[in-house]
Amino acid sequence: MNEVLIYAVGSLGAIGVVAAIILYFVAQKFKVYEDPRIDEVEEALPSANCGGCGYAGCRAFAEGLVKAGAMEGFNCPVGGADVMQEVAGILGLVAEAAEPQIAVIRCNGSLANSPKKVEYDGISTCASAHVLYAGDGGCSYGCLGLADCVASCDFDAIHMNPETGLPVVDVNCVACGACVEACPRDIIELRNVGKKERRIFVSCVNEEKGAPAKKNCTVACIGCAKCFNVCAFDAIEMKNNRAYIDYEKCKLCRKCVDVCPTDAIHEINFPVRKLIVKEEKEKAAKVASAAKTTETVSAKTSAAEKKDKVNKTEES
Amino acid sequence: MKTFKLGGVHPPENKLSAEAVIETLPIPEQVVVPVGQHLGAPATPVVKRGDEVKVGQLIAKSSGFISANIHSPVSGKVFKIDNVYDASGFRRPSIIINVEGDEWLETINRSDDIDADIKLNSKEITDKLNEMGIVGLGGATFPSFVKLMVPEGKKVDYLIINGVECEPYLTSDHRLMMEKGEEMLIGTTILMKGLNTNKAMIGIENNKPDAIEHLKKLATKYKGISIHPLKVKYPQGGEKQLIKALTGREVPSGKLPLEVGCVVNNVGTAYAVYEAVQKNKPLFERVVTVTGKSVIQPSNFLVRVGTPIKSLIEAAQGLPDNTGKIISGGPMMGKAVLNTDIPVVKGTSGILLMADGDAKRGEVNTCIRCGKCVEACPMGLEPFLLSKSSKLAKFDVVEKELVMDCIECGSCSFTCPSNIPLLDYIRLGKNKVGQIIRNRNQK
Amino acid sequence: MSLLSISASPHVHGDNSVKKIMWGVVIAMVPAMLVSIYYFGLDAVRVTLIAVAASIFFEWFFQKYLIKGADTYMDGSAVITGVLLAFNVPSNLPWWIIVIGALVAIGIGKMSFGGLGKNVFNPALVGRVFLLISFPVQMTSWPKISPITNGIADAITGPTPLGIVKEGLDAGLTVDQVMAQVPSFMQQFIGGIGGSLGEVSALALLLGGFCLLRRKIITWEIPLSILLTVVIFSGIFWLIDPTHYVNPLFHLLTGGMMLGAIFMATDMVSSPMSRNGQLVYGVGIGLLTVTIRTWGAYPEGMSFAILLMNSVTPLLNKAFKPKRFGRK
Repeated sequence: MNEVLIYAVGSLGAIGVVAAIILYFVAQKFKVYEDPRIDEVEEALPSANCGGCGYAGCRAFAEGLVKAGAMEGFNCPVGGADVMQEVAGILGLVAEAAEPQIAVIRCNGSLANSPKKVEYDGISTCASAHVLYAGDGGCSYGCLGLADCVASCDFDAIHMNPETGLPVVDVNCVACGACVEACPRDIIELRNVGKKERRIFVSCVNEEKGAPAKKNCTVACIGCAKCFNVCAFDAIEMKNNRAYIDYEKCKLCRKCVDVCPTDAIHEINFPVRKLIVKEEKEKAAKVASAAKTTETVSAKTSAAEKKDKVNKTEES
Repeated sequence: MKTFKLGGVHPPENKLSAEAVIETLPIPEQVVVPVGQHLGAPATPVVKRGDEVKVGQLIAKSSGFISANIHSPVSGKVFKIDNVYDASGFRRPSIIINVEGDEWLETINRSDDIDADIKLNSKEITDKLNEMGIVGLGGATFPSFVKLMVPEGKKVDYLIINGVECEPYLTSDHRLMMEKGEEMLIGTTILMKGLNTNKAMIGIENNKPDAIEHLKKLATKYKGISIHPLKVKYPQGGEKQLIKALTGREVPSGKLPLEVGCVVNNVGTAYAVYEAVQKNKPLFERVVTVTGKSVIQPSNFLVRVGTPIKSLIEAAQGLPDNTGKIISGGPMMGKAVLNTDIPVVKGTSGILLMADGDAKRGEVNTCIRCGKCVEACPMGLEPFLLSKSSKLAKFDVVEKELVMDCIECGSCSFTCPSNIPLLDYIRLGKNKVGQIIRNRNQK
Repeated sequence: MSLLSISASPHVHGDNSVKKIMWGVVIAMVPAMLVSIYYFGLDAVRVTLIAVAASIFFEWFFQKYLIKGADTYMDGSAVITGVLLAFNVPSNLPWWIIVIGALVAIGIGKMSFGGLGKNVFNPALVGRVFLLISFPVQMTSWPKISPITNGIADAITGPTPLGIVKEGLDAGLTVDQVMAQVPSFMQQFIGGIGGSLGEVSALALLLGGFCLLRRKIITWEIPLSILLTVVIFSGIFWLIDPTHYVNPLFHLLTGGMMLGAIFMATDMVSSPMSRNGQLVYGVGIGLLTVTIRTWGAYPEGMSFAILLMNSVTPLLNKAFKPKRFGRK
């Protein structure tokens, strides 16, 4: 009996020792040197593996960063400035300050604004509907409402609003850009979060001329260029029958919001405007139009006047 | 009886309008002629607003090698050149013409006399088809003259004329064979001359015995043309399947039929070729079937290109109230359209109306891995795997499993007992993989 | 008029449906069921009803409370599992063992994988093998065959032909001596051999098989490759030494061979998709069955063979692709 035990223990032990020796040599032979800082950097990153930085994951980002040895072109949108600071610290570099961004949905073709003309009965992905037809409301640029962006989001930051049929981005957004990639119609854009989270943008990407655009959707950008004319900071660009507001140049003056005849320009997180202010404005507008004979000198005032004219035509 | 071997399904045929004689539809008040109604680059308009045009006059010129001329289907005044909604709701450049009278170009021979004497040589035939804007009328609308330009070193053994019409419901080719058989056969002879081949096979499915008999009788007069009845099986009208059924040859993946010495043309195309070469008539009208179980009078109409489909539906006794879906083409590969304002184009073979109940897709169950899709696939693919992988965005798998071979015939979705929209997902994967391949090739 | 609907082609669907397939299988099992009622009387009805009811109940229960999926309990798949389980047990099995069998079949064999379409193994076989290992005595005490025309089935139990042969050969008898103790081939074919509910008549099972083939629910590849492999493989040994190895016909007609080849191995979910894969799968089952029957500890090896081949189905799906069009 005892003998059996000894043999068993002995042989198993011998096998163990032999295996350990083999393993040791194999491990030595195939050892790969890796910069320990890669691990450190990876540790500091949020481990979301979202790909928002343009790399396959946090590990790849860390490898790329350590290899490059410079901070230029590297930014983790999820971690933001704090994490980049920390990472820079590990590598003994200085982090650039990157402006925080957020995903913005540039379509307001809700069920009310762009009523359904047909019923889609296919698979529930925008990618498929996009190649199949223009869209339920008839707009071939607008949101298809099948939530590819929601499915792409790893951070639970984008949801469909069942009432409007449009996606809504909430505070969880880390600007990883997954939804921008997922949207087949390029409706979603990453824009700077802005001062006090205030943002102004054109909520439409439609490139049709005014009449057909308006026929499909009451809040479409009709390419009238009123905003372009009123902007004093050259922040608005007109291209393919639509306006685009450059968030770098926009000074959040909100003049364009006022002139837009279709309410296609949205302002976010601004305080509610007081009615009195609006009335005063209207008065001022009347005065301005009365005193129209005076030559306008600066571009700024001419722009303001254009705006007032629009206000007036809208009222009448 | 011959047929292709791999896969295939047998959807209910429902050839409701098989007996309906082709009627000529009155010319509408206004036509909308899209400049991109063929495969390849859209044509460039050569008329401008206010121009007077005659029937058959060139209004848009072929731009690029794979492209086609477009001729005015009516006489009248160009109202404007603008973007107009196509069947899918995208706006495409089109020429809108207000109709005034029906004045044809003098060069067109309008007599019905049959002219079997082919005066042009091979090169001239090719040029003629190019000039007359002839495209494949089976649905793909591939410019026909390109098919006649056989590269050096390649030899055409067989010209194959596709009279299969395997799509359920559609009967335009069937009626054409019955009523314009003689002309169609002359068209075939012209194509044979153009291709320098002396053998042509016309494949017709066995569910059209009258057409088979009719053409067999006529074909005795024409040298080298043989008529072949085929066992009814979808998608026999697919180019590759038809070649396989008739000759037993298999077109290698990613290659053209020319690789196995075959060129395939539709019977409608053969008729258009006859008209172009013998009568000098450009392609501006075609036969369109208006059909569906709810349609009061399923019909076949000879229609000018640019006619809105609602006039066709009206001519077939109107749009039934319970219409749930309107399809341009057949039920297996046709395209659901958004409204009835869209124009008939060169590729419109039929308008199919489906009632509410039939139009909606059924409830989807889980895959029970029965393998019926694998059995149905005429290309020998595994639809369940392609569909699942594209759904999960595993496009490397989709590519490796040969998604680019898919002919989008819909046999898999048709046969799936769980009602899974397999082809929807496969198409998604195919688009994506196509993009990936293009990107890779650019690098 | 309601809104027009838009979807990608195809716009029509064939008349295939999961329900139609499942109930088609159930209908194909009717002949065998009738034969078993003929031989085992009300006991057969009792076992089948308990197995089916329990399977449906567990299907409903797991779907509702654990998977929280759609109601699938009446799609016919649970009925198939129930009937197949009943076909695989003796007619005198106590009711609680049948219920445990159904619980294991549906709960572990099917629902633990996610329900219909996701299971790796044939659920009924999982139940059956579980019972065979857990309750070997009850599962192998088959009542003696006694047609309903002879009055009520008696309580005497006896072994199956396979059992007799296995014991006989293990005891050192020759095939001829053993074969004298079992029913004739004709009897095995038409019915009247002892065994589980569904095993008594090869003829009735074949009838069901033709029904399945005709309705295109199964393809010929799997049953035929299994049966041919069994005949060839066991035939080779029989030709070499007929005193120690039994006649291939005996393998073919006894035990769960027909039941397995026609109804169990062809289960869509757990069998390969492509025709080539199905052939390999069938050959594998045939080889394993004969191997287990001839050299294994159990007299019957069909269930084990099918379960083993079920487990390689995903690999077969990977390895054996259908013939591609236009490719070598």
